[in-house]
Amino acid sequence: MRGYSIFSLARNALSGHRNWPAAWRSPEPQPAYDVVIVGGGGHGLATAYYLAKEHGITNVAVLEKGWLGGGNTGRNTTIVRSNYYLEPNAHFYEFSLKLWEGLSAELNYNVMFSQRGVLNLAHTPGELEAYQRRGNAMRLNGIDAVLLSREAIARAVPLLDCSDAARYPIVGGLLQPRGGTARHDAVAWGYARAADARGVDIIQNCEVTGIQREGGYVTGVETTRGPIAAKKIGICVAGHSGVLAAMAGLRLPIESHVLQAMVSEPVKPVLDTVVTSGAIHFYVSQSDKGELVMGGDLDGFNSYAQRGGLRIIEHVVEACLMLFPSFSRLRLLRTWGGIMDMTMDGSPIIAKLPLEGLYLNGGWCYGGFKATPGSGWVFAHTIAREQPHPLNADFTLERFAEGSMIDDKGAGAVPWAQ
Amino acid sequence: MTRAPALCRGPNDGGGRTVLLIRCPWCGAREETEFAYGGDATVTRPDPARADAKAWHDYVYVRANPKGPHHELWYHAAGCRRWLRVTRDTASHAILACAPVGPEPR
Repeated sequence: MRGYSIFSLARNALSGHRNWPAAWRSPEPQPAYDVVIVGGGGHGLATAYYLAKEHGITNVAVLEKGWLGGGNTGRNTTIVRSNYYLEPNAHFYEFSLKLWEGLSAELNYNVMFSQRGVLNLAHTPGELEAYQRRGNAMRLNGIDAVLLSREAIARAVPLLDCSDAARYPIVGGLLQPRGGTARHDAVAWGYARAADARGVDIIQNCEVTGIQREGGYVTGVETTRGPIAAKKIGICVAGHSGVLAAMAGLRLPIESHVLQAMVSEPVKPVLDTVVTSGAIHFYVSQSDKGELVMGGDLDGFNSYAQRGGLRIIEHVVEACLMLFPSFSRLRLLRTWGGIMDMTMDGSPIIAKLPLEGLYLNGGWCYGGFKATPGSGWVFAHTIAREQPHPLNADFTLERFAEGSMIDDKGAGAVPWAQ
Repeated sequence: MTRAPALCRGPNDGGGRTVLLIRCPWCGAREETEFAYGGDATVTRPDPARADAKAWHDYVYVRANPKGPHHELWYHAAGCRRWLRVTRDTASHAILACAPVGPEPR
Protein backbone atom coordinates (compact mmCIF):
# COMPACT_ATOMS: atom_id res chain seq x y z
CA MET A 1 0.00 0.00 0.00
CA ARG A 2 1.33 3.42 -0.94
CA GLY A 3 0.96 5.57 2.17
CA TYR A 4 -0.91 8.83 2.04
CA SER A 5 1.28 11.74 3.13
CA ILE A 6 2.18 15.32 2.33
CA PHE A 7 4.80 13.92 -0.07
CA SER A 8 2.38 11.67 -1.95
CA LEU A 9 -0.01 14.63 -2.16
CA ALA A 10 2.72 16.84 -3.62
CA ARG A 11 3.88 14.10 -6.03
CA ASN A 12 0.34 13.53 -7.31
CA ALA A 13 -0.33 17.24 -7.54
CA LEU A 14 2.48 17.43 -10.10
CA SER A 15 0.59 15.03 -12.37
CA GLY A 16 -2.74 16.75 -11.82
CA HIS A 17 -4.03 14.04 -9.42
CA ARG A 18 -4.62 11.71 -12.38
CA ASN A 19 -2.36 8.88 -11.15
CA TRP A 20 -3.60 8.01 -7.66
CA PRO A 21 -3.74 4.21 -7.33
CA ALA A 22 -7.08 2.56 -6.45
CA ALA A 23 -7.52 2.40 -2.67
CA TRP A 24 -8.26 -1.34 -2.84
CA ARG A 25 -8.31 -4.14 -5.40
CA SER A 26 -11.56 -5.65 -6.72
CA PRO A 27 -10.58 -9.31 -7.09
CA GLU A 28 -12.73 -12.13 -8.40
CA PRO A 29 -13.86 -14.39 -5.52
CA GLN A 30 -11.60 -17.40 -4.86
CA PRO A 31 -13.28 -20.82 -4.50
CA ALA A 32 -12.39 -21.05 -0.80
CA TYR A 33 -11.26 -18.91 2.15
CA ASP A 34 -10.27 -19.52 5.76
CA VAL A 35 -12.76 -16.87 6.87
CA VAL A 36 -15.65 -15.26 5.00
CA ILE A 37 -17.08 -12.07 6.51
CA VAL A 38 -20.63 -11.33 5.34
CA GLY A 39 -21.21 -7.59 5.14
CA GLY A 40 -18.85 -4.87 3.89
CA GLY A 41 -19.76 -2.12 6.31
CA GLY A 42 -17.48 -0.71 8.96
CA HIS A 43 -17.85 -3.70 11.28
CA GLY A 44 -17.11 -6.33 8.63
CA LEU A 45 -14.14 -4.42 7.22
CA ALA A 46 -12.74 -3.71 10.70
CA THR A 47 -13.07 -7.40 11.56
CA ALA A 48 -11.17 -8.38 8.41
CA TYR A 49 -8.47 -5.79 9.14
CA TYR A 50 -7.87 -6.99 12.70
CA LEU A 51 -8.01 -10.67 11.61
CA ALA A 52 -5.11 -9.90 9.27
CA LYS A 53 -3.20 -7.51 11.51
CA GLU A 54 -3.64 -8.96 15.00
CA HIS A 55 -4.06 -12.64 14.20
CA GLY A 56 -2.18 -13.15 10.93
CA ILE A 57 -5.24 -14.58 9.17
CA THR A 58 -5.12 -13.10 5.67
CA ASN A 59 -6.98 -15.68 3.57
CA VAL A 60 -10.15 -13.71 4.20
CA ALA A 61 -12.97 -12.41 1.99
CA VAL A 62 -15.43 -9.66 2.83
CA LEU A 63 -18.64 -10.14 0.81
CA GLU A 64 -20.84 -7.07 0.31
CA LYS A 65 -24.20 -7.24 -1.47
CA GLY A 66 -24.04 -3.60 -2.59
CA TRP A 67 -21.16 -1.15 -2.24
CA LEU A 68 -18.85 -0.63 0.72
CA GLY A 69 -20.47 1.34 3.50
CA GLY A 70 -23.77 1.61 1.60
CA GLY A 71 -25.86 0.21 4.46
CA ASN A 72 -25.93 1.50 8.01
CA THR A 73 -22.31 2.70 7.82
CA GLY A 74 -23.50 5.44 5.47
CA ARG A 75 -26.84 5.99 7.22
CA ASN A 76 -25.89 6.68 10.83
CA THR A 77 -25.46 10.08 12.45
CA THR A 78 -21.71 9.54 13.11
CA ILE A 79 -21.74 9.99 16.89
CA VAL A 80 -18.97 8.38 18.95
CA ARG A 81 -19.29 8.09 22.76
CA SER A 82 -18.84 5.68 25.66
CA ASN A 83 -21.24 7.15 28.24
CA TYR A 84 -22.70 3.88 29.49
CA TYR A 85 -23.73 2.91 33.01
CA LEU A 86 -23.37 -0.88 33.06
CA GLU A 87 -19.85 -2.30 33.13
CA PRO A 88 -19.83 -4.57 30.06
CA ASN A 89 -21.05 -1.72 27.83
CA ALA A 90 -18.85 0.89 29.54
CA HIS A 91 -15.62 -1.10 29.15
CA PHE A 92 -16.37 -2.19 25.59
CA TYR A 93 -17.35 1.24 24.25
CA GLU A 94 -14.48 2.94 26.10
CA PHE A 95 -12.03 0.50 24.47
CA SER A 96 -13.63 1.37 21.13
CA LEU A 97 -13.34 5.11 21.86
CA LYS A 98 -9.62 4.66 22.59
CA LEU A 99 -9.20 2.93 19.22
CA TRP A 100 -11.02 5.88 17.60
CA GLU A 101 -8.49 8.25 19.14
CA GLY A 102 -5.67 6.61 17.18
CA LEU A 103 -7.62 5.43 14.15
CA SER A 104 -6.57 7.96 11.51
CA ALA A 105 -2.88 7.22 12.22
CA GLU A 106 -3.51 3.47 12.48
CA LEU A 107 -5.20 3.31 9.07
CA ASN A 108 -3.17 6.10 7.37
CA TYR A 109 -6.58 7.48 6.46
CA ASN A 110 -8.25 10.59 7.87
CA VAL A 111 -11.49 9.45 9.51
CA MET A 112 -12.04 13.06 10.67
CA PHE A 113 -12.63 12.02 14.28
CA SER A 114 -13.60 15.21 16.09
CA GLN A 115 -13.82 15.04 19.91
CA ARG A 116 -16.28 17.87 20.21
CA GLY A 117 -18.10 16.40 23.22
CA VAL A 118 -21.47 14.72 23.65
CA LEU A 119 -23.94 16.54 25.93
CA ASN A 120 -27.02 14.84 27.41
CA LEU A 121 -29.62 17.38 28.55
CA ALA A 122 -31.64 16.90 31.75
CA HIS A 123 -35.08 18.52 31.88
CA THR A 124 -36.07 17.58 35.45
CA PRO A 125 -34.15 17.31 38.75
CA GLY A 126 -34.85 13.57 38.75
CA GLU A 127 -33.33 13.19 35.30
CA LEU A 128 -30.29 15.20 36.38
CA GLU A 129 -29.81 12.89 39.37
CA ALA A 130 -29.94 9.88 37.05
CA TYR A 131 -27.26 11.50 34.88
CA GLN A 132 -25.20 12.21 38.00
CA ARG A 133 -25.39 8.53 38.89
CA ARG A 134 -24.38 7.55 35.37
CA GLY A 135 -21.55 10.07 35.35
CA ASN A 136 -20.23 8.72 38.64
CA ALA A 137 -20.35 5.17 37.28
CA MET A 138 -18.47 6.32 34.17
CA ARG A 139 -15.75 8.01 36.22
CA LEU A 140 -15.35 4.91 38.40
CA ASN A 141 -14.78 3.01 35.14
CA GLY A 142 -12.12 5.51 34.03
CA ILE A 143 -14.36 7.30 31.50
CA ASP A 144 -14.54 11.08 31.35
CA ALA A 145 -17.81 12.66 32.48
CA VAL A 146 -18.65 16.20 33.63
CA LEU A 147 -21.92 17.29 35.20
CA LEU A 148 -22.90 20.73 33.91
CA SER A 149 -25.21 23.32 35.45
CA ARG A 150 -27.79 25.14 33.36
CA GLU A 151 -25.57 28.23 33.35
CA ALA A 152 -22.57 26.26 32.10
CA ILE A 153 -24.69 24.74 29.31
CA ALA A 154 -26.00 28.17 28.31
CA ARG A 155 -22.39 29.39 27.98
CA ALA A 156 -21.23 26.32 26.07
CA VAL A 157 -24.20 26.12 23.66
CA PRO A 158 -25.45 29.70 23.28
CA LEU A 159 -28.20 28.91 20.76
CA LEU A 160 -29.89 26.45 23.13
CA ASP A 161 -33.04 27.81 24.79
CA CYS A 162 -32.06 27.64 28.48
CA SER A 163 -34.73 30.11 29.59
CA ASP A 164 -37.47 29.41 32.12
CA ALA A 165 -40.00 29.79 29.30
CA ALA A 166 -38.69 26.74 27.42
CA ARG A 167 -41.27 24.01 26.84
CA TYR A 168 -38.80 21.51 28.31
CA PRO A 169 -36.67 23.59 30.68
CA ILE A 170 -33.02 22.60 30.90
CA VAL A 171 -31.87 22.04 34.48
CA GLY A 172 -28.40 20.64 33.72
CA GLY A 173 -26.67 17.95 31.77
CA LEU A 174 -23.95 15.35 31.50
CA LEU A 175 -21.04 15.97 29.13
CA GLN A 176 -18.57 13.43 27.83
CA PRO A 177 -15.82 15.71 26.49
CA ARG A 178 -13.99 12.91 24.64
CA GLY A 179 -17.10 11.95 22.67
CA GLY A 180 -17.72 13.43 19.26
CA THR A 181 -18.26 12.60 15.61
CA ALA A 182 -16.34 11.03 12.72
CA ARG A 183 -16.75 10.82 8.97
CA HIS A 184 -18.63 7.55 8.49
CA ASP A 185 -17.69 6.83 4.84
CA ALA A 186 -14.01 7.34 5.64
CA VAL A 187 -14.18 4.66 8.34
CA ALA A 188 -15.35 2.06 5.80
CA TRP A 189 -12.88 3.22 3.14
CA GLY A 190 -9.96 3.42 5.58
CA TYR A 191 -10.52 -0.08 6.95
CA ALA A 192 -11.11 -1.42 3.41
CA ARG A 193 -7.85 0.04 2.13
CA ALA A 194 -5.86 -1.16 5.16
CA ALA A 195 -7.39 -4.66 5.08
CA ASP A 196 -6.84 -4.95 1.32
CA ALA A 197 -3.18 -4.00 1.81
CA ARG A 198 -2.83 -6.98 4.16
CA GLY A 199 -4.26 -9.39 1.58
CA VAL A 200 -7.98 -9.43 2.39
CA ASP A 201 -10.23 -9.84 -0.70
CA ILE A 202 -13.03 -7.26 -0.71
CA ILE A 203 -15.80 -8.38 -3.05
CA GLN A 204 -18.66 -5.98 -3.74
CA ASN A 205 -21.96 -6.72 -5.53
CA CYS A 206 -21.87 -10.22 -4.05
CA GLU A 207 -24.96 -11.05 -2.00
CA VAL A 208 -24.97 -14.09 0.27
CA THR A 209 -28.11 -16.12 -0.45
CA GLY A 210 -27.47 -19.24 1.62
CA ILE A 211 -25.23 -20.79 4.25
CA GLN A 212 -23.94 -24.29 3.48
CA ARG A 213 -23.89 -26.75 6.35
CA GLU A 214 -22.65 -30.29 6.86
CA GLY A 215 -23.52 -31.95 10.13
CA GLY A 216 -23.07 -29.32 12.81
CA TYR A 217 -20.52 -27.35 10.76
CA VAL A 218 -20.72 -24.53 8.26
CA THR A 219 -18.83 -25.23 5.04
CA GLY A 220 -19.40 -22.10 2.97
CA VAL A 221 -21.86 -19.65 1.50
CA GLU A 222 -24.03 -19.48 -1.62
CA THR A 223 -23.74 -16.10 -3.29
CA THR A 224 -25.01 -14.30 -6.37
CA ARG A 225 -21.49 -14.85 -7.75
CA GLY A 226 -21.42 -18.58 -7.03
CA PRO A 227 -20.61 -20.77 -4.03
CA ILE A 228 -17.62 -19.90 -1.84
CA ALA A 229 -16.25 -22.42 0.65
CA ALA A 230 -15.24 -21.18 4.10
CA LYS A 231 -13.96 -22.76 7.29
CA LYS A 232 -15.44 -19.93 9.34
CA ILE A 233 -18.18 -17.40 8.60
CA GLY A 234 -18.65 -14.08 10.42
CA ILE A 235 -21.99 -12.29 10.06
CA CYS A 236 -21.76 -8.45 10.20
CA VAL A 237 -24.99 -7.44 8.48
CA ALA A 238 -26.70 -5.18 11.05
CA GLY A 239 -30.44 -5.05 10.28
CA HIS A 240 -30.33 -8.26 8.28
CA SER A 241 -28.86 -10.39 11.13
CA GLY A 242 -32.12 -12.30 11.42
CA VAL A 243 -32.21 -13.01 7.67
CA LEU A 244 -28.67 -14.46 7.72
CA ALA A 245 -29.37 -16.45 10.90
CA ALA A 246 -32.48 -17.91 9.23
CA MET A 247 -30.25 -19.16 6.38
CA ALA A 248 -28.49 -21.25 9.03
CA GLY A 249 -31.79 -22.40 10.55
CA LEU A 250 -31.44 -20.17 13.64
CA ARG A 251 -33.73 -17.64 15.31
CA LEU A 252 -32.38 -14.72 17.30
CA PRO A 253 -33.63 -12.50 20.15
CA ILE A 254 -33.70 -9.65 17.63
CA GLU A 255 -36.29 -7.58 15.76
CA SER A 256 -35.45 -5.28 12.83
CA HIS A 257 -36.79 -1.73 13.08
CA VAL A 258 -36.44 1.42 11.02
CA LEU A 259 -34.66 4.45 12.50
CA GLN A 260 -34.79 7.74 10.63
CA ALA A 261 -32.30 10.58 10.44
CA MET A 262 -32.21 13.85 8.57
CA VAL A 263 -30.07 16.86 7.73
CA SER A 264 -30.83 20.54 7.27
CA GLU A 265 -29.37 22.66 4.52
CA PRO A 266 -25.72 23.53 5.27
CA VAL A 267 -24.97 26.70 7.23
CA LYS A 268 -21.88 28.28 8.75
CA PRO A 269 -20.66 26.78 12.08
CA VAL A 270 -23.29 27.29 14.78
CA LEU A 271 -23.01 24.20 16.97
CA ASP A 272 -19.67 22.77 18.09
CA THR A 273 -20.84 19.83 20.19
CA VAL A 274 -23.34 16.97 20.02
CA VAL A 275 -26.54 17.78 21.93
CA THR A 276 -28.97 15.03 22.92
CA SER A 277 -32.18 14.86 24.92
CA GLY A 278 -33.34 11.42 26.00
CA ALA A 279 -36.58 12.80 27.42
CA ILE A 280 -37.78 14.26 24.14
CA HIS A 281 -36.06 11.72 21.88
CA PHE A 282 -33.79 14.06 19.94
CA TYR A 283 -30.15 14.61 19.12
CA VAL A 284 -28.30 17.00 16.85
CA SER A 285 -24.78 17.84 15.72
CA GLN A 286 -23.34 19.91 12.89
CA SER A 287 -21.39 18.16 10.17
CA ASP A 288 -18.17 19.53 8.69
CA LYS A 289 -20.20 20.40 5.59
CA GLY A 290 -22.41 22.59 7.81
CA GLU A 291 -25.59 20.51 7.79
CA LEU A 292 -27.38 19.98 11.08
CA VAL A 293 -27.59 16.20 11.47
CA MET A 294 -30.65 15.18 13.49
CA GLY A 295 -32.35 12.04 14.65
CA GLY A 296 -34.93 10.74 17.05
CA ASP A 297 -36.65 7.51 17.88
CA LEU A 298 -37.60 4.34 16.03
CA ASP A 299 -40.79 4.37 13.99
CA GLY A 300 -41.71 1.50 16.30
CA PHE A 301 -42.76 -1.41 14.09
CA ASN A 302 -40.81 -4.21 12.40
CA SER A 303 -39.33 -3.01 9.12
CA TYR A 304 -36.70 -3.78 6.52
CA ALA A 305 -37.83 -0.93 4.26
CA GLN A 306 -35.15 1.73 5.01
CA ARG A 307 -37.83 4.42 5.15
CA GLY A 308 -40.24 5.62 7.79
CA GLY A 309 -43.22 7.85 8.42
CA LEU A 310 -43.60 11.62 8.47
CA ARG A 311 -44.71 11.65 12.13
CA ILE A 312 -41.17 10.84 13.31
CA ILE A 313 -39.70 13.55 11.09
CA GLU A 314 -42.25 16.01 12.51
CA HIS A 315 -41.39 14.93 16.04
CA VAL A 316 -37.66 15.39 15.48
CA VAL A 317 -38.14 18.83 13.93
CA GLU A 318 -40.51 19.90 16.73
CA ALA A 319 -38.03 18.75 19.36
CA CYS A 320 -35.24 20.58 17.55
CA LEU A 321 -37.18 23.84 17.52
CA MET A 322 -38.14 23.52 21.20
CA LEU A 323 -34.43 23.36 22.06
CA PHE A 324 -33.06 25.63 19.30
CA PRO A 325 -35.77 28.15 18.30
CA SER A 326 -33.33 29.94 15.97
CA PHE A 327 -33.13 26.91 13.68
CA SER A 328 -36.73 27.49 12.58
CA ARG A 329 -35.70 29.18 9.32
CA LEU A 330 -33.59 26.26 8.13
CA ARG A 331 -34.95 23.96 5.47
CA LEU A 332 -34.76 20.20 5.77
CA LEU A 333 -32.50 18.97 3.02
CA ARG A 334 -32.77 15.20 3.18
CA THR A 335 -34.24 12.39 5.30
CA TRP A 336 -33.54 8.67 5.25
CA GLY A 337 -33.97 5.48 7.26
CA GLY A 338 -31.72 2.62 8.29
CA ILE A 339 -32.61 -0.79 9.70
CA MET A 340 -31.60 -1.42 13.32
CA ASP A 341 -31.19 -4.95 14.64
CA MET A 342 -32.82 -4.35 18.01
CA THR A 343 -32.03 -6.91 20.70
CA MET A 344 -34.29 -7.63 23.63
CA ASP A 345 -32.01 -5.86 26.14
CA GLY A 346 -30.53 -3.09 24.01
CA SER A 347 -26.98 -4.52 23.97
CA PRO A 348 -25.18 -6.26 21.10
CA ILE A 349 -24.44 -9.93 20.49
CA ILE A 350 -20.80 -10.66 19.54
CA ALA A 351 -20.48 -14.40 19.86
CA LYS A 352 -20.18 -17.84 18.39
CA LEU A 353 -23.56 -19.17 17.22
CA PRO A 354 -24.71 -22.73 17.99
CA LEU A 355 -23.27 -24.04 14.70
CA GLU A 356 -19.53 -24.78 14.41
CA GLY A 357 -17.71 -22.11 12.45
CA LEU A 358 -20.53 -19.55 12.50
CA TYR A 359 -20.14 -16.25 14.37
CA LEU A 360 -22.48 -13.28 14.83
CA ASN A 361 -21.64 -9.61 15.26
CA GLY A 362 -25.04 -7.95 15.51
CA GLY A 363 -27.85 -6.61 17.62
CA TRP A 364 -26.34 -3.12 17.54
CA CYS A 365 -29.58 -1.26 18.17
CA TYR A 366 -28.72 2.46 17.83
CA GLY A 367 -25.08 2.03 18.80
CA GLY A 368 -23.29 0.41 15.91
CA PHE A 369 -21.23 3.21 14.42
CA LYS A 370 -19.29 4.19 17.54
CA ALA A 371 -18.55 0.51 18.20
CA THR A 372 -16.94 -0.07 14.79
CA PRO A 373 -13.24 -0.32 15.82
CA GLY A 374 -13.89 -2.14 19.11
CA SER A 375 -16.39 -4.47 17.49
CA GLY A 376 -13.94 -5.43 14.74
CA TRP A 377 -11.20 -5.97 17.32
CA VAL A 378 -13.15 -8.33 19.60
CA PHE A 379 -14.98 -10.10 16.75
CA ALA A 380 -11.66 -10.87 15.03
CA HIS A 381 -10.38 -12.23 18.36
CA THR A 382 -13.53 -14.35 18.80
CA ILE A 383 -13.21 -15.83 15.29
CA ALA A 384 -9.43 -16.36 15.38
CA ARG A 385 -9.17 -17.80 18.91
CA GLU A 386 -12.60 -19.48 18.89
CA GLN A 387 -13.32 -17.85 22.23
CA PRO A 388 -14.48 -14.37 23.16
CA HIS A 389 -12.19 -11.49 24.06
CA PRO A 390 -12.74 -10.42 27.72
CA LEU A 391 -14.51 -7.30 26.41
CA ASN A 392 -17.23 -9.25 24.59
CA ALA A 393 -17.44 -12.22 26.95
CA ASP A 394 -20.78 -10.92 28.28
CA PHE A 395 -22.31 -10.18 24.84
CA THR A 396 -23.47 -13.77 24.36
CA LEU A 397 -26.55 -15.19 22.69
CA GLU A 398 -27.24 -17.27 25.80
CA ARG A 399 -27.50 -14.35 28.23
CA PHE A 400 -31.26 -14.13 27.68
CA ALA A 401 -31.80 -17.74 28.75
CA GLU A 402 -29.42 -17.27 31.68
CA GLY A 403 -31.10 -14.11 32.95
CA SER A 404 -27.86 -12.11 32.64
CA MET A 405 -29.14 -9.36 30.36
CA ILE A 406 -27.15 -6.15 29.85
CA ASP A 407 -30.10 -3.80 30.00
CA ASP A 408 -28.66 -0.31 30.29
CA LYS A 409 -32.11 1.17 29.81
CA GLY A 410 -33.99 -1.36 31.95
CA ALA A 411 -36.90 -1.42 29.51
CA GLY A 412 -37.59 -5.16 29.46
CA ALA A 413 -37.95 -7.44 26.48
CA VAL A 414 -39.51 -4.87 24.13
CA PRO A 415 -37.20 -4.14 21.19
CA TRP A 416 -38.92 -0.91 20.19
CA ALA A 417 -38.57 0.43 23.77
CA GLN A 418 -34.79 -0.05 23.96
CA MET B 1 -64.08 1.18 0.26
CA THR B 2 -63.14 4.62 -1.02
CA ARG B 3 -59.51 5.42 -1.50
CA ALA B 4 -57.96 7.58 1.19
CA PRO B 5 -57.18 11.18 0.26
CA ALA B 6 -53.67 11.64 -1.05
CA LEU B 7 -52.34 13.13 2.18
CA CYS B 8 -53.40 10.04 4.14
CA ARG B 9 -51.87 7.59 1.72
CA GLY B 10 -48.91 5.94 3.30
CA PRO B 11 -46.05 3.73 2.23
CA ASN B 12 -48.61 0.91 2.25
CA ASP B 13 -50.83 2.65 -0.24
CA GLY B 14 -48.61 3.58 -3.13
CA GLY B 15 -48.31 7.09 -1.78
CA GLY B 16 -45.34 9.08 -0.62
CA ARG B 17 -43.61 9.08 2.74
CA THR B 18 -46.48 9.87 5.08
CA VAL B 19 -48.06 7.32 7.41
CA LEU B 20 -49.24 3.72 7.52
CA LEU B 21 -52.96 3.51 6.86
CA ILE B 22 -54.50 0.68 8.88
CA ARG B 23 -57.99 -0.44 7.83
CA CYS B 24 -59.57 -1.13 11.22
CA PRO B 25 -62.52 -3.53 10.77
CA TRP B 26 -64.61 -1.40 13.16
CA CYS B 27 -63.51 2.16 12.34
CA GLY B 28 -62.31 2.09 8.72
CA ALA B 29 -59.00 3.36 7.40
CA ARG B 30 -57.11 5.27 10.09
CA GLU B 31 -53.59 6.63 10.37
CA GLU B 32 -50.99 4.73 12.38
CA THR B 33 -50.77 7.57 14.91
CA GLU B 34 -54.09 6.32 16.35
CA PHE B 35 -52.58 2.90 17.06
CA ALA B 36 -50.04 1.37 19.42
CA TYR B 37 -47.81 -1.42 18.15
CA GLY B 38 -48.07 -4.77 19.97
CA GLY B 39 -45.39 -6.78 18.20
CA ASP B 40 -45.26 -10.26 16.70
CA ALA B 41 -48.71 -11.92 16.82
CA THR B 42 -47.42 -15.44 16.23
CA VAL B 43 -45.80 -15.96 19.64
CA THR B 44 -48.13 -17.71 22.01
CA ARG B 45 -47.90 -17.77 25.78
CA PRO B 46 -46.88 -21.21 27.02
CA ASP B 47 -49.00 -23.15 29.49
CA PRO B 48 -47.53 -22.14 32.90
CA ALA B 49 -48.33 -25.56 34.33
CA ARG B 50 -46.24 -27.40 31.76
CA ALA B 51 -43.78 -24.98 30.15
CA ASP B 52 -40.05 -25.38 30.75
CA ALA B 53 -37.50 -22.57 30.83
CA LYS B 54 -36.74 -22.92 27.11
CA ALA B 55 -40.40 -22.46 26.17
CA TRP B 56 -40.54 -19.26 28.25
CA HIS B 57 -37.24 -18.04 26.78
CA ASP B 58 -38.49 -18.56 23.24
CA TYR B 59 -41.81 -16.85 24.04
CA VAL B 60 -40.28 -13.81 25.71
CA TYR B 61 -37.14 -13.24 23.62
CA VAL B 62 -36.94 -15.14 20.32
CA ARG B 63 -38.60 -13.84 17.13
CA ALA B 64 -38.76 -15.02 13.52
CA ASN B 65 -38.24 -11.36 12.45
CA PRO B 66 -39.15 -12.08 8.80
CA LYS B 67 -38.33 -9.88 5.82
CA GLY B 68 -41.71 -10.09 4.14
CA PRO B 69 -45.24 -10.76 5.47
CA HIS B 70 -45.36 -10.37 9.26
CA HIS B 71 -48.33 -11.10 11.50
CA GLU B 72 -48.45 -8.44 14.19
CA LEU B 73 -50.69 -6.90 16.83
CA TRP B 74 -51.87 -3.29 16.78
CA TYR B 75 -54.06 -1.67 19.45
CA HIS B 76 -56.47 1.01 18.22
CA ALA B 77 -55.81 3.23 21.24
CA ALA B 78 -57.40 6.41 19.87
CA GLY B 79 -60.29 4.60 18.20
CA CYS B 80 -62.32 1.55 19.15
CA ARG B 81 -59.69 0.38 21.68
CA ARG B 82 -59.62 -3.10 20.22
CA TRP B 83 -56.62 -5.27 19.43
CA LEU B 84 -56.15 -6.08 15.76
CA ARG B 85 -54.14 -8.72 13.97
CA VAL B 86 -52.46 -7.04 10.99
CA THR B 87 -50.49 -8.80 8.27
CA ARG B 88 -47.92 -6.34 6.91
CA ASP B 89 -44.98 -6.79 4.56
CA THR B 90 -41.91 -5.61 6.47
CA ALA B 91 -39.96 -5.08 3.23
CA SER B 92 -42.54 -2.75 1.63
CA HIS B 93 -44.85 -1.74 4.55
CA ALA B 94 -47.85 -2.90 2.44
CA ILE B 95 -50.70 -3.97 4.71
CA LEU B 96 -52.07 -7.25 3.41
CA ALA B 97 -54.79 -7.98 5.96
CA CYS B 98 -56.35 -6.60 9.14
CA ALA B 99 -58.66 -8.64 11.35
CA PRO B 100 -60.01 -8.47 14.89
CA VAL B 101 -58.30 -10.43 17.65
CA GLY B 102 -60.47 -12.53 19.92
CA PRO B 103 -64.22 -13.19 19.81
CA GLU B 104 -66.53 -11.06 17.71
CA PRO B 105 -68.48 -8.42 19.68
CA ARG B 106 -72.28 -8.84 19.86
